[in-house]
Amino acid sequence: MTFKRILMGACAAAALSAPMLVASAPASAESVLRVVMHSSLRVLDPIMTTAYMSRNHGYMIYDTLLAMDEKQVVKPQMAESWKVSDDGLTYTFTLRDGLMWHDGTPVTAEDCIASIKRWGQRDGMGQKLMQFTKEMTALDAKSFTLVLKEPYGLVLESLGKPSSNTPFMVPKKLAETPPSEPMPEQIGSGPFKWVKEGFQPGLKAVYAKNTDYKPRSEAPSWASGGKVVKVDKVEWVTMPDHMTAANALINGEIDFVENPPTDLLPIYEADSNLEMRITNKLGSQVMMRPNHLHPPFNNPKVLEALSYAVSQKDVMVGMVGDNPKYYQTCTSYFICGTTYGTQAGSEGKMVGDIATAKKMLAASGYDGTKVVIMHPTDVATLSSHPPIVAQAMRQAGFNVELQAMDWQTLVGRRAKQDPVDAGGWNMFITTWVGADLINPVANLGINGSGKKGGWFGWYENAEMEKLRDSFARETDPAKQKAIVEQISKLGWSTIPNLPLGQFFAVSVFPKSLKGVLDGPAPYFWNIEKTKG
Amino acid sequence: MLAFISRRVLATIPVMGVVAIVIFLLLRLTPGDPAAIIAGDSATEAQIMQIRARLGLDQPIYIQFFSWIWRLLQGDLGISIISNIPVSTMIAQRLEPTLALATTTIIFAVFVAVPLGVIAAWRQGTLTDRGIMIFCVMGFSVPVFVMGYLWIYGISINLRWLPVQGYRPIANGFGPFFERLILPTLTLSVIYIALIARITRASMLEILDEDYIRTARAKGLTETRVLLVHALRNAAVPIVTIIGIGVALLISGVVVTESVFNLPGLGRLTVDAVLARDYPVIQGVILIFAFLYVLVNLAIDLSYTILDPRIRY
Repeated sequence: MTFKRILMGACAAAALSAPMLVASAPASAESVLRVVMHSSLRVLDPIMTTAYMSRNHGYMIYDTLLAMDEKQVVKPQMAESWKVSDDGLTYTFTLRDGLMWHDGTPVTAEDCIASIKRWGQRDGMGQKLMQFTKEMTALDAKSFTLVLKEPYGLVLESLGKPSSNTPFMVPKKLAETPPSEPMPEQIGSGPFKWVKEGFQPGLKAVYAKNTDYKPRSEAPSWASGGKVVKVDKVEWVTMPDHMTAANALINGEIDFVENPPTDLLPIYEADSNLEMRITNKLGSQVMMRPNHLHPPFNNPKVLEALSYAVSQKDVMVGMVGDNPKYYQTCTSYFICGTTYGTQAGSEGKMVGDIATAKKMLAASGYDGTKVVIMHPTDVATLSSHPPIVAQAMRQAGFNVELQAMDWQTLVGRRAKQDPVDAGGWNMFITTWVGADLINPVANLGINGSGKKGGWFGWYENAEMEKLRDSFARETDPAKQKAIVEQISKLGWSTIPNLPLGQFFAVSVFPKSLKGVLDGPAPYFWNIEKTKG
Repeated sequence: MLAFISRRVLATIPVMGVVAIVIFLLLRLTPGDPAAIIAGDSATEAQIMQIRARLGLDQPIYIQFFSWIWRLLQGDLGISIISNIPVSTMIAQRLEPTLALATTTIIFAVFVAVPLGVIAAWRQGTLTDRGIMIFCVMGFSVPVFVMGYLWIYGISINLRWLPVQGYRPIANGFGPFFERLILPTLTLSVIYIALIARITRASMLEILDEDYIRTARAKGLTETRVLLVHALRNAAVPIVTIIGIGVALLISGVVVTESVFNLPGLGRLTVDAVLARDYPVIQGVILIFAFLYVLVNLAIDLSYTILDPRIRY
């Protein structure tokens, strides 16, 4: 009897509580856009780090002086206009009326100068711009000049840089923070305000509409044009499980998934209420980075053999499946479909020509030295490539060892310049958003400075540096293109890195969500939640 | 008794000290560099060095250790080197979901598992017993994430009765709080039901063979009274022990369940911190776990004296 009574009591309690639970939907009139981003936001300073999540955070709360549109033309953003002197050495920028920081103080020319200086200490393009800059001077509260030491062809492209590190404008008091330290506050002049109380690292970041923001009148295009916010709040929710994100989107609990993995796309495709769109039309490049300091990749002939052994198509199919909507083979260092998207010098390479690779490897003097490839197994977008590359290399005659590790171990280890036996490495593979690679100054992968400021792998080539420098100085677009052709040819003969193909991530959202913008970063202005 | 409690509480101090030293050294031996993680993928080595210097990671390990211990002795768990937020704040943000899930899971598991174990022992060798044991084996065998997805598919996606994911603090109302805990609780409790039911059954079988049970039945007591008052109470010590271990395991994080249902618990905080090499957060969380383990063990030991008066400290 006692068991029965307990059981009946439990059933009655459950029956009574069920309607209350089912009926407990939130009744809020506030329009909140709930978004699952590709990762969680951890570092709030988009100048201190190049992490894409910090860049995305930057686009929410900060604004930029200039911005690139979808045709890759630089447009004024916070600037009303700019003028260039006849000798091409003095750029005068004038700010728009009504620009305010989130703390209610006006944006001034001094703020912009301090912001550019801080960014110029951290970003590759920024550092180059600063090398050519003689001085920056505020003319009044709304205008300032940037005076060059000598002609420089990338002033506007640098200040309108669309991806990490994007030159966001911040108040002078924050811009005076050393770039190795995080800014103590999150005060911008952008279309959203940071909700400090809502931030839970690894879980959630909250942004409220900046009601004082004065959008431009032009239509939005990438990060340029009118940033009109049509929701009250945006919440970035971190979901470590992609399947949960899919279920939550289908169930209407969230509104946008930035980058679901391709193996889950059929689930989204099956739901007619959802729209799948490639918002970053430039896509991203997979990059194989050899370590040039140690054998065997200190031998250019071995590197050339490698460029024949690996097949871009195999790598791309292994990553996103054999669906050409989501990838393209492309041997441009500067992203196919862009102004400098040349593939000069890559003829016959990256197609998995094992026979040629074998012959070249035999002729290179390769002595069977072990090649250690670091294999990050915890990041879905990076874990598929190393085994495919390793297999092709083995077929060509390389002695390959794949070493499994988590991405953060790889990030720590790749900074080591020691030989492999002392904890070093020979190769790793990573991905870059296309916008980070679109010209020879922005593209760190072809930086030929070696140990003196080059990127991990320490490719050293004085001729490459000379060409990159010439490109930066050149102001004639036709001549710039000719230099890029030379750079591409030099790259494919010395192999600073090997592009493994271009892939296109899909964003998924309900069809009732209107105004989702394209761009190299996700933007959340212009988006409207409608009923149908 | 008071002397025992005092001794046990004092014993936590050396335990925490050892945990602190081990976890600190272990983290420093683990490959990975938080400065490189903060700097991002395209940072140069010089930029990483600057960040390392700012964080004090370029200091000798013993200086880093003593500086951490000194702050710890003042009750300061430090600041996350990745997000720049106090570790105590981060732990506080995650404590409620963890405690809520642990509480609902253990209560539900005990309410289901103990009667199941008692029934299985009472009906030993019958179809009922075998049915319960098959359920227990399945409970152990089916991975938690599979169980979670099945509940989500059935209850949330098909029937749309409950949300797929998320957590609402109890301060936002009991309804929203509880409805988001139902599926995680059902998912997670299966394994604990299986565990507790098996232990209960085994323990009860041992007791049911005792002479005093035969005597109780001979006296003409009802079977319910024999089972619940005479047998179950005497079988309770191992059951309470396993429940205590379950509580400790639940508090220290159930990462898979938290991930599948997107619950912001301590398990996810720990995994995220390990992946990001966020040393102060990992150290803080492990210390809290160690402390909770000690407390749970103390509570278990004390409960023995209530359940079995023969036990004295």
